[in-house]
Amino acid sequence: MESLLNAYDMSLIRTAAIMVVMALSLNMITGFCGQISLGHAAFMGIGAYTSVKFSINGIDFALGTLAGMALAGLLGLIVGLTSLRVRHDFLAITTMGIVFLFSGIVEQSRYLGDTDGLSGYPHPAYDDFTYMMLTILLAIGVVALSVYIKRSWMGAAFKSIGDDEDTARLLGINVPLYKLSAFVLGTALAGLAGSLYAHQTTIIQAENFGFIESITVLSMVVFGGVGSITGVVIAAVVLTLLPLWSQAIGDYKLLFYGGLLFLMMRFAPYGLAGLAQRARLLLTRRAGTAQ
Amino acid sequence: MTEIALLVQGLLDGSIYALIAVGLTLVYGLLRILHVAHAGLFTLGGYVGVVVTNQTGSFVLALLAAMIVAGVAGMIIYRLVYQPILHLPPYVALIASIGLFIAMQEGFRFYDEQGVSYVAAPLQGTVAFAGQNLQVAKIVTFFGAIILIGGLGFMAARTRTGVAWRATVTKPKMAESFGINIVQVRYLNFFIGSALAAVAGVMVSLTTNLVEPTSGDVWSYKALAIIVLGGLGSMRGTLIACFALGVIEAFGTTSFLGAIMNRDAIAFAFLVVVLMIRPQGLFVRT
Repeated sequence: MESLLNAYDMSLIRTAAIMVVMALSLNMITGFCGQISLGHAAFMGIGAYTSVKFSINGIDFALGTLAGMALAGLLGLIVGLTSLRVRHDFLAITTMGIVFLFSGIVEQSRYLGDTDGLSGYPHPAYDDFTYMMLTILLAIGVVALSVYIKRSWMGAAFKSIGDDEDTARLLGINVPLYKLSAFVLGTALAGLAGSLYAHQTTIIQAENFGFIESITVLSMVVFGGVGSITGVVIAAVVLTLLPLWSQAIGDYKLLFYGGLLFLMMRFAPYGLAGLAQRARLLLTRRAGTAQ
Repeated sequence: MTEIALLVQGLLDGSIYALIAVGLTLVYGLLRILHVAHAGLFTLGGYVGVVVTNQTGSFVLALLAAMIVAGVAGMIIYRLVYQPILHLPPYVALIASIGLFIAMQEGFRFYDEQGVSYVAAPLQGTVAFAGQNLQVAKIVTFFGAIILIGGLGFMAARTRTGVAWRATVTKPKMAESFGINIVQVRYLNFFIGSALAAVAGVMVSLTTNLVEPTSGDVWSYKALAIIVLGGLGSMRGTLIACFALGVIEAFGTTSFLGAIMNRDAIAFAFLVVVLMIRPQGLFVRT
């Protein structure tokens, strides 16, 4: 298998796997628990910067990744606390602010390489193929975790909060606990994606984790169908690879994303999962009338 | 710089925020939509302002053209984007709006990636005040904003159109049953709000002498923060938040905060802190 893929193919697959992790991490917060976040890329950035700083200081990649996840999760907990205070549109704008806080602080900090970013840091001693397999395995792990959570009691609690927070509270569900859990889980996984991303490229800058990146991830969740695991995985892979495969789409990547996001909301607000469900309904109805 | 100089700088910037945020608040008040694509209209206004000034040599004509083009574009956005999805959950319109904004940015990039500049920019003088030089363009913007927003306030308070408008915001169904054409009110709303954003876009282009595809970004993101700060839909709250934010940025960047975060981060840090204390914003819509 190793001989079938050249270095470029492997980098495509790695990028897609990392974006699957990233999109599923946002799906936990926005999809499962219904809390909109316009600043998710900031947590990817926190994971990336932490992991890189660990590597620079000669500490093992695995440890750096864990530290990145922990720090991202910790800051996610703080942002989660804001979600206990503000809701809906207020939360959307607050989370948007997180991106600007992140880049505003990083770009003023000499320690974090200010606007130049960090580069020339050591990578873990894996070859391309092993690193690709690692990212794929981790992506599969995150899919499995998502499926597990969705089916668990926690997933049911998340869904009830997403549907109607006040009713959930009335039913005796510990709303703050579950909201915070969603934020910590989602942001820690974004930290994981950030660490993986940082070690498959050679430079990280604050602008790699800005508002546009956050929207890109959100567009994957929306395109896939908010809350649908299969839909989000497909969307993450397709939306990552399309701009890289097709030069025409690559050149106008943002126009493509923006237009897609807009058209999707305008004509299919429930994403791929919604389209699939509509198709299924249509088919069963056809089958019903045929009998 | 002295405290007075900082205060004045802050108020001048606040007036630009006000021009942008009024339109956003109007849209939010009427439709409950966070109209992110408003930023695109700000940039559109800047482009039209520069291009028409360069072509005709008349800045006043360019300003009017920018207002009309952006105003009509705003109405088209309402008709084609928002109207069909008003019945869906609010995040749908928000995300559609972000998508539209990103697509608009790319549209500007098609037109001119490097951005456009004035051949001979008007209002470039400076006035010495409290130990600093203030740009004439900023002073004109400040008084222009007060006249435009004051005029709008007068219209809302005293004219039949204004009464119909306010009635539609408070009780749309009731207003409709009294014979008010609420769709017409929405079009008017988008036209005025977008035209004001275009004024802001043109005036900012004078101070920077450059309009590029991303010119509107930071201003508009902060305008969104402002309407949230102001309590979403409260016009008075929005205006106070505009000037408060301008002043806080001016003082913040020169204080110890300026060493650890940039101006935009200070604005959003302020937003987060205020929302933690008052989750409903500074002023509740009445």
